[in-house]
Amino acid sequence: MHDSIKESLTMRSTSAKREFRGKFLAMFCTTIIIILVLSLIGFIASKGITIFVSDKVNIIDFLTHSIWSADKTDSQGRPLLGALPMIMGSFSVTFLATIIATPFAIAAAVFMTEISPKLGKKVLQPVIELLVGIPSVVYGFIGVSVVIPFVRNTFGGSGFGILAGTFVLFVMILPTITSMSIDALKAVPRHYREAALAVGATRWQTISRVVLRAGAPGLFTAVVFGMARAFGEALAVQMVIGNAMLLPQNLVSPASTLTSVLTMNMGNTVMGTTANNALWSLALLLLLMSLLFNTVIKYIAKKGTLK
Amino acid sequence: MANKTILSASDVHLFYGQKEALKGVSLDCYENEITALIGPSGCGKSTFLRTLNRMNDLIPNVTITGNILLDGKNIYAPNTDTVELRKQVGMVFQQPNPFPFSIYDNVTFGLKIAGITDRAVLDEAVETSLKAAAVWDDVKDKLNESALALSGGQQQRVCIARVIAVKPDIILMDEPTSALDPISSSKVENMMMELKQDYTIITVTHNMQQASRISDRTAFFLNGELIEVDETKKIFLDPKNKQTEDYISGKFG
Repeated sequence: MHDSIKESLTMRSTSAKREFRGKFLAMFCTTIIIILVLSLIGFIASKGITIFVSDKVNIIDFLTHSIWSADKTDSQGRPLLGALPMIMGSFSVTFLATIIATPFAIAAAVFMTEISPKLGKKVLQPVIELLVGIPSVVYGFIGVSVVIPFVRNTFGGSGFGILAGTFVLFVMILPTITSMSIDALKAVPRHYREAALAVGATRWQTISRVVLRAGAPGLFTAVVFGMARAFGEALAVQMVIGNAMLLPQNLVSPASTLTSVLTMNMGNTVMGTTANNALWSLALLLLLMSLLFNTVIKYIAKKGTLK
Repeated sequence: MANKTILSASDVHLFYGQKEALKGVSLDCYENEITALIGPSGCGKSTFLRTLNRMNDLIPNVTITGNILLDGKNIYAPNTDTVELRKQVGMVFQQPNPFPFSIYDNVTFGLKIAGITDRAVLDEAVETSLKAAAVWDDVKDKLNESALALSGGQQQRVCIARVIAVKPDIILMDEPTSALDPISSSKVENMMMELKQDYTIITVTHNMQQASRISDRTAFFLNGELIEVDETKKIFLDPKNKQTEDYISGKFG
C-alpha cells in the first residue's frame, strides 16, 4: 500500500510522458530542418568558393569583370570568369520591375482597404490569387509570344532583353507586393483613421498622411519581398531575356541574369570542372543576396514594431 | 443659463440597419459649458455624440433622420462639408490614439492638412495647444520623440492638444478618461474645466462622479432615448424622472 503511493508519486505521469514525446518529436523535426538548411548553405558555399580557392580567381574580378568564359584564361592562367553582366542583369530587372510594380501594388492595396473593400474583395482579391497561381513557365510563354513582339515593335531590337524581363517580372511580383501591402494597410488601426478625420482631414489626406505613413514599415517589407521574388525568379526571365552573357548596352539588347545563366548551363557542364564550379559561385551569390533580402525584411519589421 | 445655444439637436433618430439606436433625441448644448452624457452601456450616448460631427457616416448602413443645428445651420443638410464640420467639431476618443509620429507631428497634423506650413505658426500652435491640454511641461523637451512612448494619460492629453490646435468650437469627448488611471483622469478633468473658458465640451462618461464634478449640464440616456436633461446640480440632487433617480443612485446600470 505504502509502496504504491510512493510509486505513483515518483513515477512520471502519463501526461508528462506524452509531453516528453511531443517535445521530442517537435525538437527532432526542427533539428532536421536546421541541419538541412545549414548543410545546404555549407554545400553551396563549399562548391561556390572552389573557383576562388583552386582556380585562384580574384573575387573582385569575379564581381567586376564582364567576360564569362571558363575555358579561356588570362595572362596569369586564371579562367576568365567575370559575372558582372549577370549581376547587372539581375539587379536591372529586379529594380525596374519593382519600381514599376510598387505604385500599382500600393494603389491596389489602398483601393482594397480604404476605398472599396467590397469591390476589392469581389474582384481584386480573386485576380491577385489567380496571378499567384499561374506557373512561371506560363508567364514566360506569354512573355515570349506577347511581350517580346510588343517590345520589338515598340522599342526596336530583337525584343529579348531587360525590358521584356522587367515586364514579365512586373506581372509576377505584382500580386506578391499587393497582397502584402493589403496586409500592411489592414494592420493600421482604425482609430488612426478616425483621429485624422476628427480633426478635419479629407479621406485622401487620411490615406496619404496617416494610413500610408503608419503602414510604411509593412509596405517596405512588401516591396523588399517583391524584390526578393524578382531576384530569384529563373524560368520566366530566362525565356525572355535573350541569354547573352554580355554587359547590357540598353534595355532591349539581349542580356542574362544570375538565375538564367544557371538554368541554361547547369545541364551543359560536367560536375567538378571549372565551368561547373563557376556556376556554383553564381548560386552562392544568389543565396547571399536572398539572405540579404531576408535580413533587410527582418530589420524593417523590427524597426516598425519598435515605434 | 445666460450662455447661448451653440448646438441644437431635434428629434434625432439613428438606425443601424433595421435597429433603432436613437429614438428621437432632442438636446441643446450651450456655449462654454460642459455637457455630460450619462447612461448605461449601449444606451446610445456614444452614438449620439458621434452624430454631432458625423462620425457615424463612416459606418455602413446607418440612417439618420432629424436635425442637428450648429450655429443655426443643419449639419445634415445635403450641402454640408463634413471636413469643415469636423474642423469645427473636434473629437477625442476613448482610447488615446496618437498617430505613430512625433509629438510635434501629432499636434500639427490638423494644421498641416489645412495647408499651414509656416514653421513659426506651427511652433506656436504646438506650444499653446500642449499648454492648454496641460501636457506641455511633460513633453516640451521631447517634441520630436514618438508620441507612442508617452504614458496613456499623456497620450490622451496630446490627442486633446491635437484637436485644440485646429481651434474647433466644440470638442466632443467619448469617455476620455475611461482608459486612464485616477491621477491621469483628474489631470484631464482639470484641463477640461480650464478648456471650457474657450470651448464648448460635450463628453460621454460612465463615471457619475466625474459628470457631477465637471459638467454644467447632464443628459441621461436610456435605451436610445434621452430621459432627462438639466443642470447637473438638479439632475443629481433633484431628478424629475424616476429612472434618472434610480440610475444615479446606483439602483441599476
